[in-house]
Amino acid sequence: MPEEFEPRIVAFFCNWCTYLAADLAGTSRIKYAPNAEVVRVMCSGRIDVQFILKAFAKGADGVLIGGCHPGDCHYQEGNYKALRRFRLVKRLVKQMGIEEERLRLEWISAAEGDRVRVVINEMVEQLKRLGPLRRAADDQAHLMEVA
Amino acid sequence: MKPKVAFYWCASCGGCEEAVVDLDEELLHVVQAVDIVFWPVALDFKEKDVEAMDDGSIDIAFLNGAVRTTEQRRMAILMRKKSRLVVAFGSCAQLGGIPGLANLTTRKAILDEVYGPGAAPAAEFRDDGHTLTLPTLFDSVFALERAIPVDYYIPGCPPSQKIIAGAIATLLGETLPAPGTVLAPDRAMCDECPRRDTHPEELQIDRFRRIPEQVIDEHTCILAQGVACLGPATRSGCGSRCINGNMPCTGCFGPTSKVRDYGAKALCSIASILGTSDPGEIDRVLDGIADPVGLFYRYSLPSSFLERKRPE
Repeated sequence: MPEEFEPRIVAFFCNWCTYLAADLAGTSRIKYAPNAEVVRVMCSGRIDVQFILKAFAKGADGVLIGGCHPGDCHYQEGNYKALRRFRLVKRLVKQMGIEEERLRLEWISAAEGDRVRVVINEMVEQLKRLGPLRRAADDQAHLMEVA
Repeated sequence: MKPKVAFYWCASCGGCEEAVVDLDEELLHVVQAVDIVFWPVALDFKEKDVEAMDDGSIDIAFLNGAVRTTEQRRMAILMRKKSRLVVAFGSCAQLGGIPGLANLTTRKAILDEVYGPGAAPAAEFRDDGHTLTLPTLFDSVFALERAIPVDYYIPGCPPSQKIIAGAIATLLGETLPAPGTVLAPDRAMCDECPRRDTHPEELQIDRFRRIPEQVIDEHTCILAQGVACLGPATRSGCGSRCINGNMPCTGCFGPTSKVRDYGAKALCSIASILGTSDPGEIDRVLDGIADPVGLFYRYSLPSSFLERKRPE
């Protein structure tokens, strides 16, 4: 029987809200899918679009961004900056043939440990349905081969 | 003995060759200082002449254009073998350039569109005992560095006279810059923009305007007028040619040395200045950007992280 596909998610969580929520999920012994690799950033506004595209290029099947709820950003409006970039990069990624569902933004406060579980589990299910992301490198492993 | 120099073109429009000719009097200085041993667009040397040269005997080869066909790859490899230094000349060689936008589609789709479904010419054709072979397109367009190691880069579509003359002087000089250097200033376009002083401290955009939609004021910051100008994310050194023509920067000089993926950075710089934080309103403003890949990766899709559109 073929092994079930386990998607890989790169999750960028902000230091003040979503990362603390993930921490809370841990200390509360909440169980959720082990598919997300969490990268802690100081603010969701710090997430350069290069991080997102590099994650996709280097093996992520999905990218999750977690930040503070609107109005709650530790730096006043970094999360709004993240939101604007997210809305635009979603359009770009779609044009590049990557399903929109592979890129997700969630506002999760430090108190919402269970929300981390729900979001990651949901995303894993969704990515399992979509299957692995095919990368340019998969097709071009033989540099410049003629099809 | 004068240094030996070669020019060659791959997938390009000819504008880079034109830019060399456009050096005007400066070209006479260049021609005096060097021996041009190969330049198909201007001089009658053939591929076999290059093959006959000793390996490494050309001092500097300037290659423009992206790599799109088997022939271009073969020539790139030949030029690399025969040359001490290889310089990627212009946006296409450096980043993939405008031909690189073909990475939004496939070889098959292009051939079907041009020749009709399945009617593309065969790579080999026999007639009357003679065999004719044609170069084949790769499925994707590549920047030059994907085909061969590149020593230096000259940015621009095409590179400006000042940049070309400066780069040639640098390469003929005593001390060479670190390998991999882009031979242009390492600062953002806005830094040299003649309209710099009119760039507002807090720039906010409520609506993107396409160029035919309005008259662009000739003296104020183009981005502040709601036209997506990519100056904030683009390397300087072009002499603000587009701005002086009252057109927005489209990013042909590519990123500065701090940035790996030009389009991603350009996208960040544009998205960050939207004047709203309401999701619906953000989407309404973004509807003004009809073609994000075409806008942000106009010259650099093959050298981006994603390289090409995902296969279906």
